[in-house]
Amino acid sequence: MEDKLVINGIEFKSRLWVGTGKYKDFDETARAIEASGADVVTVAVRRVNITDRKSENLLDFVDPKKYKILPNTAGCYTVEDALRYSRLAREAGVSDMIKLEVIGDEKTLFPDVIGLLEATGILAKEGFTVFPYTNDDPIMAKRLADAGAAAVMPLAAPIGSGLGIRNPYNLKIILETINLPVIVDAGVGTASDVAIAMELGCDAVLLNTAIAGAKDPIAMAEAMKHGVLAGRLAYKAGRIPRKLYATASSPIEGML
Amino acid sequence: MRLKINGEIKDNIRAATLKELLEELEIISGRVAIEVNEAIVKRADYDTFRLKEGDVLEIVNFVGGG
Repeated sequence: MEDKLVINGIEFKSRLWVGTGKYKDFDETARAIEASGADVVTVAVRRVNITDRKSENLLDFVDPKKYKILPNTAGCYTVEDALRYSRLAREAGVSDMIKLEVIGDEKTLFPDVIGLLEATGILAKEGFTVFPYTNDDPIMAKRLADAGAAAVMPLAAPIGSGLGIRNPYNLKIILETINLPVIVDAGVGTASDVAIAMELGCDAVLLNTAIAGAKDPIAMAEAMKHGVLAGRLAYKAGRIPRKLYATASSPIEGML
Repeated sequence: MRLKINGEIKDNIRAATLKELLEELEIISGRVAIEVNEAIVKRADYDTFRLKEGDVLEIVNFVGGG
């Protein structure tokens, strides 16, 4: 049974998308990504170290021919900065995809959705495949869809918090409100969080810290892979309704 | 020639074009994006783009991020 995720004509081999930040070294990054089975890896755009040219390059370890590279605009607090980083990313990279972040506050790293909406509209018109990192707000998801987003990426919880899916009902409403893929981005802590997101019907999950910050990142990467697969299968299978009282699994007939 | 590259003043730059500058700095051109005075220069134009005294450059690449 084919169950492929396709966005803007791009076919994705896995519904688990992973970040490349916070690892011990590039070797660990590469091994964790491999274990996760991810097809999409996110990266940040930063200045080249021009004084130490012997420093290793991420792309020597994460092959762009093997993985889809999704640059982000992490650290951007204004529309202008987000646009600047997006355009640089497109020039440096191999695709028009951008994980768009316009951050509103250092403490929460919650998105500034007003700036996000503006930047989404501008970049979509410039031909970018825009993946906006947004709140779990169905109305904003609708506005982002109308502005030309390729998918929406509502947060599960604050970035790096590991709190898991804080508002499954809002995610459910987002899924029913917009006709675009919904990718949960940020805040998951462990494999069951990922499974819950997928069981709700989300199309994919993007995470970084939950793997990179685990005691054994390689093992957690594999757990996340199974979490996504289990959650997706359960969603497709259709869970039983929740009931307050018991229903016996064994027949009454034939009892002594 | 004096240039400002990634926030650092660099004196005695010998390169005349962007392509030559990347060679001088030992940077692989296929993995970076470059702004000169806040305008992006397309990769295809690196060999013809001529640098001027005092140009401000930003040379970026991809690093680990979430």
